Amino acid sequence: MAEAIKVPTMAEYMAQGKKPEVLFWVGCSGSFDDRAKKITKAFVKLLHEAKVDFAVLGTEESCTGDPAKRAGNEFLFQMQAVTNIEVLNGYEIKKVVTACPHCFNTIKNEYPALGGNYEVMHHTTFLKSLLEEGRLKVEGGKFKGKRITFHDPCYLGRANNVYEAPRDLLRKLEVELVEMRKCKSNGLCCGAGGGQMFKEPEPGNKDVNIERTEQAMEVKPDIIAAGCPFCNTMMTDGVKGKNQEEKIEVMDVAEMIANAHDL
Amino acid sequence: MQLIAQIAFFIVLVAGIAFFTFNIRRVIRNVKLGRKVDRSDNPGERFAKMAKVAIGQSKMVKRPFAGFLHIIVYLGFIIINIEVLEIIIDGVFGTHRILSFLGSGYDFLIATFEILALFVLLGVIIFWLRRNVTNIYRFLGNELKGWPKNDANYILYFEMVLMILFLTMNGADYQLQLNGADHYAQNAGIAGSFPVSQFLLPWFEGFSNASLIIIERTAWWLHIVGILIFLNYLYYSKHLHILLAFPNVYLSKLTVQGKFDNLEAVTSEVKLMMDPDADPYAIPAEGAEDEVPEKFGASDVMDLNQVQLLNAYTCTECGRCTAECPANQTGKKLSPRKIMMDTRDRLEEVGSIINEKGSFEDDGKQLLDNYILREELWACTTCNACVEACPIGIDPLSIILDMRRYLVMEQSAAPTDLANAMNNIENNGAPWPYNQMDRLNWAKEN
Repeated sequence: MAEAIKVPTMAEYMAQGKKPEVLFWVGCSGSFDDRAKKITKAFVKLLHEAKVDFAVLGTEESCTGDPAKRAGNEFLFQMQAVTNIEVLNGYEIKKVVTACPHCFNTIKNEYPALGGNYEVMHHTTFLKSLLEEGRLKVEGGKFKGKRITFHDPCYLGRANNVYEAPRDLLRKLEVELVEMRKCKSNGLCCGAGGGQMFKEPEPGNKDVNIERTEQAMEVKPDIIAAGCPFCNTMMTDGVKGKNQEEKIEVMDVAEMIANAHDL
Repeated sequence: MQLIAQIAFFIVLVAGIAFFTFNIRRVIRNVKLGRKVDRSDNPGERFAKMAKVAIGQSKMVKRPFAGFLHIIVYLGFIIINIEVLEIIIDGVFGTHRILSFLGSGYDFLIATFEILALFVLLGVIIFWLRRNVTNIYRFLGNELKGWPKNDANYILYFEMVLMILFLTMNGADYQLQLNGADHYAQNAGIAGSFPVSQFLLPWFEGFSNASLIIIERTAWWLHIVGILIFLNYLYYSKHLHILLAFPNVYLSKLTVQGKFDNLEAVTSEVKLMMDPDADPYAIPAEGAEDEVPEKFGASDVMDLNQVQLLNAYTCTECGRCTAECPANQTGKKLSPRKIMMDTRDRLEEVGSIINEKGSFEDDGKQLLDNYILREELWACTTCNACVEACPIGIDPLSIILDMRRYLVMEQSAAPTDLANAMNNIENNGAPWPYNQMDRLNWAKEN
């Protein structure tokens, strides 16, 4: 893990007159949040492992505008969207993969109305396709037999009906997959959506992430698997809040696959 | 005497339907106060969704027990209404069981109605117990206190009484037929089959035909008049869903739930700002100065769109949305059901001003603050659990979003932390204060 991982940028590809197979949209969390950066790196390792020809925008990437849109700031959202779309269209991007369901949802569903049309995939769906194409091997390794529960990110699950891709990957890890009482289309939010990630919650009798962590604890998992950097933060905080950090780990599906490979 | 009854029936029937039509026209007028929204796309897909969700009740059974009971009451309601057709014909023409010429088919129909009526009665009693005896989270909400709770109970009482009247009418009728009473008995034998109301016969033992006729006629009249009252009560209650659920599902959003609508008014401004050829000093087009710029978002019901207002009239206050809401479950003020109830209450208030004065005049109130508090709006995580939970395609989240849009774009009234995050996005392209030039630093860190 000593040497820096190789992450090509679109600008470099452009300079060489090449086009990558897919653009990896890193997102703000994946770029700046210490916890989420680990997910980013794990995913990049898997991309290298599967010999995926990818690039990132790097310093040309900017917030998709998701938190602004859901907070009601349609102006800011559209300014961000239009700027990003100019960059993406400038590079003639066709296919985008991202490890953030919020970025995924926004680029996939809300950019087309503003002139941005791409094939957008969440990283779990993308990894699953690599698996099916035989480019990536997923084996149990150290997660074999562990009790795992998957927390559905709202913007992946309910918002876009992607429920099975992350679960299929976990099954490939030969884990004991257990479902929470509230899962899939009935899944309970981690509490971070709609701009809540960036503000204090309104007065109430509990934080949403604690409620969700309690639901996860009911099924006694070794690991809570997540597919969203925000959910990851909220669930990690929830597990700490319940003093369970010794017993329960919170990991992104991509991290688990990379770890199973000892990457 | 018979003729007077026929005329009286006809008058009651016409008056009942006329008053109902009058109120429905008000509903339509009020819904049209909202902004226009185009949902004329994909009629096939919309119809299929309506068939599955509204007619087929596919989302009701997500909660199996309540869903099962609801399907019984729903089927009972629809099928027993075939009998209402016969009652109306009999009432107008003074006939007795006009459809009995169907013979064994008629026996089958009446038997089905009776069994359904019994099931409906039992179902409604269980519904009443669930609301009034057991502690079910979604029936305990603050917004249900007072009128909404009474309203729900009145509807249940109505249904109980109607079913009891229907069965009493049949029982007395059966006894009269057995007695060979004039007008009731038919040459062809007993008209109808009475698997449930036959058990009422012991109660009628020793009654003269005259008494039985009084019982039968009273039950018959109260039943049909009750139905007409119930029909007219709909407008004043949460029970409009029995009619509006169908158009409401038909007009609901077809795209994935994560896709929020694009504000076109903003798009045109943003395009102008981004256009390098745009002339900021251009003379506005003729008449453009007089145009009132479109208000962003919603602070009152007229700012919402027509589907959102139809949603408000359609809401049955079942609270499945609220029970699934993460904010509500953790004790926050937000309740998606209350958002819908408030929207309807305010729309009714605006409607009554129009009734009185001919057109809307500012009454110093609005949906925001007077009904829906900012604290409720800011508690939403936009997780779509409420939208997913609604059995009839109501979208409380779209109203929350439109009201947030008003708060942020018209009033700059976002909570401070959120405003800071948005400033960061604007200045450095991320919700946190990191430099955009550092975006790829993670690749160099190890």
